[in-house]
Amino acid sequence: MKISRRTALQGTAGALALGMSGFDWDFTKANAQAPNVKRGGVLNFAISAEAPHYDPAGSDTYATLHFAAPFYSTLLRFNLSKFPAVENDLATSYTVAPDLMTYTFKLTPNVKFHDGTALTSADVKATYDRMRNPPAGVVSTRQATFADIGSIETPDPLTVVFKMKAVNASMLEHFASPWNVIYSAKDLAENAAGPRTKINGTGPFIFVEHVKGSHVAGKKNDAYFKKGFPYLDGFKGIFTLQAAAMLNAVQGGQVLGEFRGISPAERDRLVQTMGDKIRIEESSWTLNLLVCFNVDKKPFDDVRVRRALLMAIDRWGGSVGLSKISTLRSVGGVIRPGSPFATPEAELVKLPGFSKDIKKSREEAKKLLKEAGHENLKFTLWNRNLAMPYTPAGIFLVDQWRQIGVEVEHKQSDTGAYLATMNAGNHDVAIDFSNLFMDDSSLGLAKYLSIGRSPENRSRSKDEMLDKLYDDHLRERDPEKRKTMIRAFEKRVFEQGYQQPLLWWHRIVPTHKTLMGWKMSPSHNLGQQLEDVWMNV
Amino acid sequence: MTIADPTLPLAPAIAAAPSRQPSKFVDFCRQQPLGAASFLIIFAMMFAGIFSSLVAPYDPLTIDFASLLAPPSADHWCGTDAYGRDICSRLIYGARTALVIGFTSSFVGSSLGAILGIASAYFGGKIDAWIQRFVDVLLAFPLIVLALVVVAAFRKFSVGGVDINLIVAIAIPILPRVARVVRAAALSVRVAPYIDAARAAGYSHTRIIFRHMAPNVVAPYLIMLTAFIAQAILAEASLSFLGLGVTEPTAAWGLMLSGNAADFYRQAPWMILFPGVAISLAVFAFNLFGDSLRDFLDPRFKV
Repeated sequence: MKISRRTALQGTAGALALGMSGFDWDFTKANAQAPNVKRGGVLNFAISAEAPHYDPAGSDTYATLHFAAPFYSTLLRFNLSKFPAVENDLATSYTVAPDLMTYTFKLTPNVKFHDGTALTSADVKATYDRMRNPPAGVVSTRQATFADIGSIETPDPLTVVFKMKAVNASMLEHFASPWNVIYSAKDLAENAAGPRTKINGTGPFIFVEHVKGSHVAGKKNDAYFKKGFPYLDGFKGIFTLQAAAMLNAVQGGQVLGEFRGISPAERDRLVQTMGDKIRIEESSWTLNLLVCFNVDKKPFDDVRVRRALLMAIDRWGGSVGLSKISTLRSVGGVIRPGSPFATPEAELVKLPGFSKDIKKSREEAKKLLKEAGHENLKFTLWNRNLAMPYTPAGIFLVDQWRQIGVEVEHKQSDTGAYLATMNAGNHDVAIDFSNLFMDDSSLGLAKYLSIGRSPENRSRSKDEMLDKLYDDHLRERDPEKRKTMIRAFEKRVFEQGYQQPLLWWHRIVPTHKTLMGWKMSPSHNLGQQLEDVWMNV
Repeated sequence: MTIADPTLPLAPAIAAAPSRQPSKFVDFCRQQPLGAASFLIIFAMMFAGIFSSLVAPYDPLTIDFASLLAPPSADHWCGTDAYGRDICSRLIYGARTALVIGFTSSFVGSSLGAILGIASAYFGGKIDAWIQRFVDVLLAFPLIVLALVVVAAFRKFSVGGVDINLIVAIAIPILPRVARVVRAAALSVRVAPYIDAARAAGYSHTRIIFRHMAPNVVAPYLIMLTAFIAQAILAEASLSFLGLGVTEPTAAWGLMLSGNAADFYRQAPWMILFPGVAISLAVFAFNLFGDSLRDFLDPRFKV
């Protein structure tokens, strides 16, 4: 019996639907397509950071996804016209057992990898096995997400059955994650780390070249399993690390859009100079910047030091100022503000680091530093050299910490070096990011799990209490009880101060009006396969 | 023939004659009024750089969201930037960054270039040929291009808040330019009899180069050093503008022209106007001072 997603998740309906109440754009208008699609042409678009590697399963930066998503397919994906509903990608149908313990997917027949080999259920199994149990030398940032999968069975070449060892009420959405691109089992058997440097997918475009420092290019996959797609002959993702270069390229028509997001000032400039040639779409964003302390390094192993530094930050004042000049906007906890499970402001202000009485908060912070014996603390703040919004965030934090007598050296580096530094634990304090593709707490909370379970936890903390709270909340199907558990988790995270959201982002995407079919969403990780994008020229 | 009696008193006219010559500095000011004016600008810049904490009206790093993009006023003489930071204070502190990086990189590049140039002239032959071909290779790249390559090749490294990689990146392109000029001057010194005498006395190469040749090429060295401070300031500003120099929130003139300034320059033109004027003025002053110094020190330019 085929069970719809709504039926399967009846117990958690409503709150778990990841509500769209916080989103403030009109999907219907954004997704309106011309009746007569024009085929052909090569789409040039801007990517503001260069991918550190090609493997989405081991990455949490959009730089990898905007680079690699057009080359790959996933089992399911989000339907951006009805977000957060999911739809089939490689799957032709799926069933979910009423107890949420078994997920069965039927695969589209005759799907070919770009090297000509056929896709089978073995490829799906190998891909998911690699994500949940990464072999030596492979990093999987999805390990915690799929820890509840007990086994994966492949009764025939076109059927995959996921047997859960525990209920995870959000599992279906995780199967639609854009990061879970399907690799060839043959390729993984040859070299499990191969996807970091080699691309062989089943997506609408075939990899042509990656010219470092310049661009990534793809050409149309004539054997793509969705007949009639893609519309484009190819694409070129051009790396525009400097915001000014990206804006000039958009303005001059060298690129038709930048799909991550720009600042309010950049938006105003484009609108002013391009008039009705530019389309601007806005949304709240499932993305935040985090202040992340490396607890393996002194004095950040001391909770008093971490809490003092967090209490010195005037998030509420910063939100007002930074939202005028950057993509940073909302004050929030571990769940995106405005979404169903988000902590209300009245509760948030009681948590360490969120007080509105910043003077009192800073006095307390100074006391804590004195108690810890670090009144004249000096450290290096590691940051990414992306102008928006990392640089404003860095400038803001340096200023905030100077106000309690802390001296900070601000170091910015390219995406690759920045991630490598944090992943190796060589940072003191860093501005990290939590790049989510949906609001579900199973995703948002995973970053705070112990380092052994969540490699993307760059604070390197180990906290069994948090791990237990997370696991318990995954099993809970009553939304109210689940909300209470999320609050307890959040309280623990902020009291320990391993890492804490600085501010949540606001997404503004500029595209030329000749670019059609691309869909706006609250996550810049979604909708980047580009198969239904076309150019009205 | 009469021999003057030293015991006799000097004639009154001679005795009353002023015994002191006008100082070199006064002489320089008289002969090179533009040079003197440029020196004043440099002095003001150095004063601002050294005593910035006393001179600047505000802390250059303090954010004030209540004063975002405020126009020039009695409170903020040069207005504020996109973070509400006082631009005047950032210009004053920026002078320190410009001077430290400009002077240090010019000094390092010019000094190493001078040593290389003197050594090349002194040893001659194959050593001279090899050094000059190396210099030719470096000279083939424009200063800013070579600086870009070097800064991109090295990872960011700073000591006491000073970007060492930036200094190295700017010093390397200066080196061959100074080496070529100093070598030309050193070639004429090399054939002087006192160098032959020093060799005959058995002095070491190092001693001859540093104690006998180097002092005699100080004039071109000083002129190049001064002229390249301007180039180095410009290179630092350019690299910072391109995002390869000093990082925010450090106050630096080139950095003040990039980042948010590019977004807000229509709305707040003072964000680019004042740093632009500061860079132009500093480069103009150092160039003019270098030219005036050359005219003053080089006997060929004396009438």
